[in-house]
Amino acid sequence: MASNRPAYSDLVKEIRKGHFVLTGELEPEKTTGLEEVLNSARAMKPYVIAANVTDNPLAMAYMNSLVPSYIVQREVGLETVYQMVIRDRNRLALVSDILAASYLGIKNILAISGDHTVLGDNKGALSVYDLDSAQFVYLLHKMIDEGVDLAGNEIHGGVKINVGIAANPNADPLEPEILKIGRKVKIGTDFIQTQTMFDIDLTKEFLKEMERFSCPILVGIFPLKSFGIADFFDKFIPGVSVPKELLESMRKCKEESDKEKRKILYDEVNIEYFSPFIKEIRKTTKAAGIHVMAVLYERILEPLLRETV
Amino acid sequence: MIITKQKSEEKIKEMTEPFKKLFIVGCGTCSTSCQTGGEKEVAEMVEKLGNRVIGSAMVEEPCDLRINRRDLKPHRETLKEADAILVMSCGSGVQTVGEYTGKIVLPALDTLFIGETERIGKFYDRCKACAECILDETGGICPITRCPKSLLNGPCGGQVEGKCEVGEYKNDCIWVLIYEKLKEQDRLDLFTTFRPPRDNSKKVLTTELIF
Ligand code: SF4
Ligand code: SF4
Repeated sequence: MASNRPAYSDLVKEIRKGHFVLTGELEPEKTTGLEEVLNSARAMKPYVIAANVTDNPLAMAYMNSLVPSYIVQREVGLETVYQMVIRDRNRLALVSDILAASYLGIKNILAISGDHTVLGDNKGALSVYDLDSAQFVYLLHKMIDEGVDLAGNEIHGGVKINVGIAANPNADPLEPEILKIGRKVKIGTDFIQTQTMFDIDLTKEFLKEMERFSCPILVGIFPLKSFGIADFFDKFIPGVSVPKELLESMRKCKEESDKEKRKILYDEVNIEYFSPFIKEIRKTTKAAGIHVMAVLYERILEPLLRETV
Repeated sequence: MIITKQKSEEKIKEMTEPFKKLFIVGCGTCSTSCQTGGEKEVAEMVEKLGNRVIGSAMVEEPCDLRINRRDLKPHRETLKEADAILVMSCGSGVQTVGEYTGKIVLPALDTLFIGETERIGKFYDRCKACAECILDETGGICPITRCPKSLLNGPCGGQVEGKCEVGEYKNDCIWVLIYEKLKEQDRLDLFTTFRPPRDNSKKVLTTELIF
């Protein structure tokens, strides 16, 4: 069963009301500035209920995601989902960051493992993994629902945060992944976000399998801004392949030499692919919403969602 | 067995450079089996380092102080003269030889892991000596050692076609193997059981065993 923790965040409130939700994604990078992130947040705000802020994705050392998670809420008024990986923090650091996030008014945490450091931009770094992601959800449960840390030390003030986890419907074999998700749901999960999905049948099958846990699921999609990105994604993001026809359509757009026209073509291909995808999910499954990972491609949100929401 | 690998020739050269009189100690146990510090390798090392080597000896178990006493006693006089001892054993052996002789010790090998031997030249990391064995719960397959994230509650999601995200998808995802093993043994309840965070203080505080 899904968690019976109160809905602290707008995201979880909306989900519990039964509204189909959309969330976005923001990626602070190796920079001391936040202008780009804030601009993206502003651009996506009309279309999404909340935005994830990624935490050193692919084991790249970027700006601490807590800061943009807070600043986006304060400056843009867009609720954030503070992603936290266990790769970079032991249980002390996790507790510290959760307390700080509470103080800063963060309402959602996405508790994830994080890619191993050998995949990142500082390959020699130690991967911490003091806890695994199930134990991290357990820590959050202890702090939020019981007001103590893992050792039973009391926390003053109360932590009011909803907890999300990630799921990989592309995992092969899938059964251990599903059992693992079930365990985390049992410990205390308010929502699940899937990895990028392209295959509608696979997505529907997965959603069907997951019905036994009655935990709200947001299906992840990744609109492709250019052929280069599509190709990179297909070649280098493990376990995810871009469908051949989609890749082919993207390749054709690339041939257009006029930059503005090319943009329009790319947008059309994305809308053609993802609009029916979203519609189908919305109409025929129990998914709670869509998580759109359109990083630096916010312009696609409006036309993409126009006909589907 | 403790699996070791010989350091590169350049590294050994650089390490031994400052010393004029060297003594070489080989290991009669693990490093003999690994072919990294047995009699043959010691002889080769003597040859390589030439006339700076004033003596050499095999110690049956260089990691055992008593055996050091027994096997190095006949070499006491030569050892006294040596500027440094190049030890061809695991790190534990190097330290024990250092403790027994009181001399500067140099490791000729890199110690890799506590491993399984398929054949000489095919060794696999199997145990991190975590001080609290859980193999009863994981189908006899160690996730602490063999999952690069040492996860205790199932796969990280980074596995593709059963292969691990670390090491370019060449190695098996150990949590998939554990899942398959437990399934085969009809013990999948062990897979879904939540394993709480480990008490790492156990390992940190277990630095000696005295009884
Ligand atoms: S659980 Fe793994 S690391 Fe710990 S003692 Fe057993 S085999 Fe060794
Ligand atoms: S893919 Fe499997 S073995 Fe590799 S880090 Fe993830 S859980 Fe561990």
